[in-house]
Amino acid sequence: MTAAAAVDLRNVTLAYGEFVAVKDVSLSIRKGEFVTLLGPSGCGKTTILRSIAGLVQPTGGEIDVAGRRIDNIPIHKRNIGLVFQNYALFPHKTIFDNIAFGLKYRDVEKSQISAKVTRALEMVRLPGVEKKLPSEMSGGQQQRIALARAIVIEPDVLLLDEPLSALDANLREEMRTELKIIQREVGITTIFVTHDQDEALAMSDRIVVMNKGLIEQVGTPEEVYRRPESRFVASFLGQSNLLPGRVTGVAEGLATVRLDKGHDLVAAAPASLKNDAAVTAIVRAQKVVLGPPDRGGPKGRIISTSYLGGSAAYFVDMGGITLQSIATIDDRVWREGEDVSITIAPADVLLLDEGGHRLK
Amino acid sequence: MNASILSAADRRRPWLLLAPSLITLFVLMILPIGIMTIFSFYEFVTAGVEKEVFTTQNWRDFLTDPFYHMFLWKTIRVSAITAILCALLGYPAAYCIAMTTYRHKWVLLLLLIVPFWISFTIRTFSWIHILGEQGAINVTLLKLGLISEPLPMLYTEGAVIMGMIHFLLPYMILNVYVAIEGIDRNLISAARTLGCTAGQAFYEVVLPLSLPGLMAGLLLCFVLAAGSYVTPQILGSTRDALFGNIIFDTIMGELNWPMGSTLSLVLLILLGAVAAVYSRYMGLSRVFKGLGG
Ligand SMILES: Nc1ncnc2c1ncn2[C@@H]1O[C@H](COP(=O)(O)OP(=O)(O)O)[C@@H](O)[C@H]1O
Ligand SMILES: [Mg+2]
Repeated sequence: MTAAAAVDLRNVTLAYGEFVAVKDVSLSIRKGEFVTLLGPSGCGKTTILRSIAGLVQPTGGEIDVAGRRIDNIPIHKRNIGLVFQNYALFPHKTIFDNIAFGLKYRDVEKSQISAKVTRALEMVRLPGVEKKLPSEMSGGQQQRIALARAIVIEPDVLLLDEPLSALDANLREEMRTELKIIQREVGITTIFVTHDQDEALAMSDRIVVMNKGLIEQVGTPEEVYRRPESRFVASFLGQSNLLPGRVTGVAEGLATVRLDKGHDLVAAAPASLKNDAAVTAIVRAQKVVLGPPDRGGPKGRIISTSYLGGSAAYFVDMGGITLQSIATIDDRVWREGEDVSITIAPADVLLLDEGGHRLK
Repeated sequence: MNASILSAADRRRPWLLLAPSLITLFVLMILPIGIMTIFSFYEFVTAGVEKEVFTTQNWRDFLTDPFYHMFLWKTIRVSAITAILCALLGYPAAYCIAMTTYRHKWVLLLLLIVPFWISFTIRTFSWIHILGEQGAINVTLLKLGLISEPLPMLYTEGAVIMGMIHFLLPYMILNVYVAIEGIDRNLISAARTLGCTAGQAFYEVVLPLSLPGLMAGLLLCFVLAAGSYVTPQILGSTRDALFGNIIFDTIMGELNWPMGSTLSLVLLILLGAVAAVYSRYMGLSRVFKGLGG
């Protein structure tokens, strides 16, 4: 697209035999950007990474990296750093030889190699482990070594395929922060793959939400979370209530939506909204506010309560419609069977058209 | 503490389960070896007759007679050649089977096992029809006018080695296959993205990581070749006899059981030593992994 793009995918399609794993994906990534491919397992994330690395060959489209078309050159001539989910460290080579591997094949001088390896190990906060074997390192340490091995060759782009998924929860959060710091320090363009939305939201400059080989939405974490473009994005990120209904009136920027069981929901009306249109209203669970039953507005009854410490998740029955609500606990936790009032601010309701796309 | 919870019956169970194999091992391995050891110190009187007195004469004969040394050395040499040729032929085949993207890999593996369905002796005899004076190769070459008289191929050391390769190759292929199959494909991908060509990635990753399987295959082929006697009997001349044939002749021909026992023990000690040295450096468990594959 633009000359400044570090990675540019144009209409990339990849089929395994009959099965199309990636469909017409176009994506442009700026230099130094941290972009996450987020989507459920099997949606084609790994396939996109592997086609950038050259491990699979796209059946259509073009891939540019650092202003050079690379989809037609062999793997070893592309300058790309790939970190695998299972780290893929060479078990028969020392940490030094693992990290030096890429440098050796780039004809870097011996004296420089050892300096670069030392620097890479310092960068991943593991100095002095050169002589060890990968099997002598913990999972988190192996992860760092794999990262060091990929960045020491100063690749045009760093590709990370679910690098944190094999770590236990505590370590994962720690590595998340650390990975981001290292990425900033090096200033390396990074494509990160995950199916974990928290990881994606916490780390990314931009998130690419994918489903079934297609890009659903590209945007900053805030954009994809707060302004989902489609039903898939809305339901994949965070907990949302998806409420089918029909528009019964539009006035003064507000639309009234008659839900299935006869409830009326007031939503901020997008410009393109037509009266009598079939829509799906989306309300984040955090935006379904519960209050004492005497407060007015629609009434409901708590079906179940999950106490989560700082917050609580509820299922509320609103006259036949089950709503999900998540609230921070300021005063009290609502118990099963209690009556509550339900408040949903019009600005917190997004409307999707019949095709599942957000109305604007 | 755990032990005290186990009842007496629980503690006896492992031994009960092991008993059949232990008894079999004892009756078929330890006992015969013990009897042979005793026989090797008996005195040979004449064919079929030995005196039950203690003598080290048989062992001294073995240590001093160049005839035995020559055949022992020849056995080691022929077995080593066989094992190495099996490795050279088997490795590429194992590599292809392991790496193929062909969906019905099991068919390829089955093809390796199929020869075992035919009697080993029959398979060995079949070479006579290929290598013999009236065999397929000579007849074809004669008909084509490329040679004027049959090439002497049968009853040579080459024929013996070929026959042994024929029966040992599947063992080599299976061992190497299991080793290559166990290599994480991502390692190859990693090497490629770091700058290796396909050939360099093979040299850096696949070859070193499949080496244990290759070594196990070499050991297995060497040991089985060194212990073989049917193949040289059928495909070799008297000059091409291996140590196993010498033992056979000593026992069945000369009816010299004491010397036969001594020679058997020599072969056992030699092959045991080779296996011991190997397991010291590579770990025998890898050999068994290959056998199970
Ligand atoms: N080598 C292959 N042959 C056939 N199908 C494949 C192959 N690799 C992946 N797939 C299929 O392509 C789809 C996308 O796979 P992948 O890119 O690995 O997904 P993700 O990384 O998002 O989980 C999956 O449905 C998977 O089954
Ligand atoms: Mg994947």
